[in-house]
Amino acid sequence: MSDKKTARGVFVNGLLNENPTFNLVLGTCPTQAVTTSAINGIGMGAAATFVLLGSNVVISLLRNFIPNKVRIPAFIVIICAFVTMVQLLMQAFLPDLYSALGMFIPLIVVNCIILARAEAFASKNSVWLSAVDGVGMGLGFTLAITLIGCIREFFGNGTVFGINVLGGGYDPMLIMILAPGGFIVFGLILGIVNAITNKKKAKNMQEADA
Amino acid sequence: MKLFVSTPPHIRAHEDTRSIMLDVIIALLPTTAAGIYFFGYRAAIVIAVSMLTAVLSEWIWQKLAKQTVRIGDLSALVTGLILGLNLPPTAPWWLACIGSVIAIILVKQLFGGIGHNFMNPAMAARGVLIVSWPALMTAYTLPAVFPGVDAVASATILGDGGFTANYMDMFIGNIPGSIGEVSKAAILIGLVYMLLRRVVSWRIPVIFVGVFALLSLIFGNDPLTAVLSGGVLFGAVFMATDYTTSPMTRLGQSIYAAGCGLMVALIRNFGVYPEGVTFAILLMNIVTPLIDKYLNPRLYGAKKGAKKNV
Repeated sequence: MSDKKTARGVFVNGLLNENPTFNLVLGTCPTQAVTTSAINGIGMGAAATFVLLGSNVVISLLRNFIPNKVRIPAFIVIICAFVTMVQLLMQAFLPDLYSALGMFIPLIVVNCIILARAEAFASKNSVWLSAVDGVGMGLGFTLAITLIGCIREFFGNGTVFGINVLGGGYDPMLIMILAPGGFIVFGLILGIVNAITNKKKAKNMQEADA
Repeated sequence: MKLFVSTPPHIRAHEDTRSIMLDVIIALLPTTAAGIYFFGYRAAIVIAVSMLTAVLSEWIWQKLAKQTVRIGDLSALVTGLILGLNLPPTAPWWLACIGSVIAIILVKQLFGGIGHNFMNPAMAARGVLIVSWPALMTAYTLPAVFPGVDAVASATILGDGGFTANYMDMFIGNIPGSIGEVSKAAILIGLVYMLLRRVVSWRIPVIFVGVFALLSLIFGNDPLTAVLSGGVLFGAVFMATDYTTSPMTRLGQSIYAAGCGLMVALIRNFGVYPEGVTFAILLMNIVTPLIDKYLNPRLYGAKKGAKKNV
């Protein structure tokens, strides 16, 4: 990580290599709670991406002015401002999504992906890189929870993005859109991601040995 | 004369996984036969599909994962059989298939195969099914031998339908319910066989049912009706006694069994589900490692209060 960061590297890092959901395992609460459908996943992801981008940029701008001792409260205030914006905008223009996500919109404030990126990245890097990091991480999060949302909606409701794909004869597997289904799908995907990562690591080690 | 040098133990028991599983299957035969007698060929189909899928899932997984194929130890067959007995006789074939795949792949193999499952596979599969398809999983019918009626949807004694039966019918199994749970007489024959073969000890079934009966009395129910209805007896004899997911020490097993009885009584009396055996046993399965951790016996020769070997 010490070598010079490029915007492209930072972006890909957030999207894949350090995917906040599957690699860093951050923000698991919204990951479990709102992924009952694909559209909820996208909505939550978009809201979180907006907040991430805004808070990363502002925190990076202010990084030399915020005293170290009070940095966490300062970060939270900045994040709160953006979450309030998202909440009001969503309430005004996307009332259906707003009521579907409910409590989890204001709870973006305590989404640990956002605070983690503020602490680990935006407070130490330039504005441009922080913005790219915010978008990369946000899209990585969006991708992950939309994927979980698709899988859970597919099995639990027979639809994907509200479009019926399994026909009327399908008797939905209710557990998938209930809490246990969230844990089962999340666990299985984490397992697959770990298996792939470990295989890659083993391959790299072998190549290094050779 | 040829002399061997070998490490102890020198005297080995003849039991292995296969022989124990075979004993369990023999113990389940009366229950299976009673279920098929009372509910007819549909029950037989449900059980057969469930067993076949369980063994097939295990075989396919072990082939794909390049593991030694161990379907010969009969454990998958037992899981399939127990799951089949846990389904209502009206269950469609795909319900049995999905249940078996969940039991073998999700609960057993993904956690490391036999001996590593953190929950009883058949019980966990039943839990998933009952949460996913509550209507299909409780579509009980009256036994086919009831005079004049055949395969009529009916409430159980536990539901609000007001179905009543006398003790004898409940004991013999002439009541609606899951295939394996209705005949208490057949379950008890299986228990006696397993006790004689020392496959299970009396502790878990007796304490489970005892605590449950006592609590039913305290909550103002008829304890005999409570014990003879639903899956308490089947769960206590065949599901709570699973080696992998029950504690190792005697005290641990007693606590585990009492916990099962307590949870069933609580769920039946205060929960949203009419029957609580599945969730009670699953909950205590999860608590089992904790019980074993705190009731770890003192190592021979170790000082009292010395750090336990956890």
